[in-house]
Amino acid sequence: MLRPMLGEAWKAISANRLRTFLTMLGMVIGVGAVVLMLAIGQGAQAAIKTQIDSMGSHLFIVLAGSQNSGGVRFGGGNATTLTVDDANAIRQLPGITASAPVIPGSQQVIYEANNWNSQIAGTHPDYFVARDWQAAQGALFDESDLQSGRRVAVIGRTVAQNLFGENDPVGKTVRIRQSPFTIIGVLVSKGQSLDGRDQDDSVFVPYTTFQRTLASSRFRGAVRIMLVQAESDAVMPEAEHAITELLRDRHRIAAGAEDDFFVNNLTALANSAAEMAKTMALLLGAIASVSLLVGGIGIMNIMLVSVTERTREIGIRMAIGARQRDILLQFMLEALTLSLTGGLIGVVLGMGGAKLIQVLWHAPVIFTVSAVVVAFAVSAVTGVFFFFFFAWKASRLDPIEALRYQ
Amino acid sequence: MARQVIDVAALDKTYHTEAGPVPVLHQVNFQMDEGEFVAIMGPSGSGKSTFMNILGCLDRPTGGRYTLDGKNTADLDRDALAQLRNQVLGFVFQGFNLLPRATLLENVGLPLVYAGLSAAERNQRALEQLDNVGLARFASSLPSQISGGQQQRVAIARALVNQPRLILADEPTGNLDSKTSDEVMALFCRLNDAGISVVIVTHEPDVARHTKRRVLFRDGEMVEDTLVTDRSWPC
Repeated sequence: MLRPMLGEAWKAISANRLRTFLTMLGMVIGVGAVVLMLAIGQGAQAAIKTQIDSMGSHLFIVLAGSQNSGGVRFGGGNATTLTVDDANAIRQLPGITASAPVIPGSQQVIYEANNWNSQIAGTHPDYFVARDWQAAQGALFDESDLQSGRRVAVIGRTVAQNLFGENDPVGKTVRIRQSPFTIIGVLVSKGQSLDGRDQDDSVFVPYTTFQRTLASSRFRGAVRIMLVQAESDAVMPEAEHAITELLRDRHRIAAGAEDDFFVNNLTALANSAAEMAKTMALLLGAIASVSLLVGGIGIMNIMLVSVTERTREIGIRMAIGARQRDILLQFMLEALTLSLTGGLIGVVLGMGGAKLIQVLWHAPVIFTVSAVVVAFAVSAVTGVFFFFFFAWKASRLDPIEALRYQ
Repeated sequence: MARQVIDVAALDKTYHTEAGPVPVLHQVNFQMDEGEFVAIMGPSGSGKSTFMNILGCLDRPTGGRYTLDGKNTADLDRDALAQLRNQVLGFVFQGFNLLPRATLLENVGLPLVYAGLSAAERNQRALEQLDNVGLARFASSLPSQISGGQQQRVAIARALVNQPRLILADEPTGNLDSKTSDEVMALFCRLNDAGISVVIVTHEPDVARHTKRRVLFRDGEMVEDTLVTDRSWPC
């Protein structure tokens, strides 16, 4: 019974190509749009999550305040009020696991015939703890390197590639501002930061060495930022308060006067970035749902037309002995065949489109089984339901009414 | 005594329209035994087609009783009626009502799909019936590729394929010229000779002359029921 009916369904579908094409188009667009948009939304979300994770967790960034010189106010981070001693004092606070001052600079790094301009930072070993950043090759500098002010450097992946190519940089000596530095480690690649900077284009040296060899003036050797890590998210509000109190006390700021520094909670920033990514994914999802809905209405219309058009055929079939369930089975099989084929094409096109976007714009895309299944199921159910519903209505007519239908 | 195939008693059919009830059939009584060959005649609007549709279980009466092959149709549900249409009746329409996108072989075999037969069996029996009406060579053609007379013969083959006890034909020659009409009527005569009961609705006296009994409708009532004395022979 099923085999001949399946054949009939296929015949009916292939008999009217335009109608079949239009029906499937609704499916294809609906399913394709959902698959495509969800892939992009989820890809973006995952990319932002990777970037956030690459920052490290439960972090504060303490920025030096703005400088005020004769009424001209400079931007935040320009004051030279923060010191390495501030960072060392913060490290002693309860609930703080790492505290690293960062003295930023930019220098030409030279190795044999190659040279490369990179961000050079003088910092404390805690920096690597706070950012959860490990050495891929060699080692990181430690407390003793810091104490003795050794000329050692840890470099990022980008610097390593530009200066050493395929060779192992560990143990090699580079020159920065005329001084020789030994490369003791290469960091694991972190990729882009949230603001699009290449985090791997960095060189880290102990801050003691930086101040002694690389800073040309007191101003250039100033601590601009400090990276502070708390034990957990839970202690962050308390820790923020403690850091503020400590720095106000150390900087002898009178009660009621403004802070000469800023404490930024990075977790909050990260959360808002994640929130944004989620909003974007939701927006894309909403657009996709609308396409699915429009596709569904298209499917419904064409199903109504094709069943109405065939009311007479239903009449003929009933007149020669088809029962209601025979008619329903026939139309159900047709709807299923149509929906499954259309849905499959939609999935393939949606995935293909997403891949194309990935290749053309290097946008991250992620396919999830659930997105494909949901898109597929929604359109298939819409198609089958409406086809079935209209066929059911037609099959409830008396044969003579269906036969009279023009 | 021959078996009774049709027993209609006090049959009414009224259509309910916005303008009020429109009676189409009124108190029709009609009996028919196995092997009879009946022509139902009357002017258009006399209710003969409606009567035929009720006989064919395509439409339901609003009053009275219709017993087909010993079963009171009022007691049957839709599926049981479908089974009667499939196995006891063969219906031939004025407009042929073939499926335009199916081949002649598939059209003729269609009732067997609903009888649950295998494809091989269906094709074999459909081909036999096509051969019976002389159209076996067109088995894989579409209805649009053959003439009206041929289409009507295909429709008759379809009506016959499930070996019905009764053939009902509503103006089977209405769309045909006189020559092809004669061919189609000759086919009905042959079927009747083989023992199948036949009822034909027609308004052409020439067509009616091929039958054995004539029933006349006027204004929804059966006004005359006579045996055909001037039967064309051989039919």
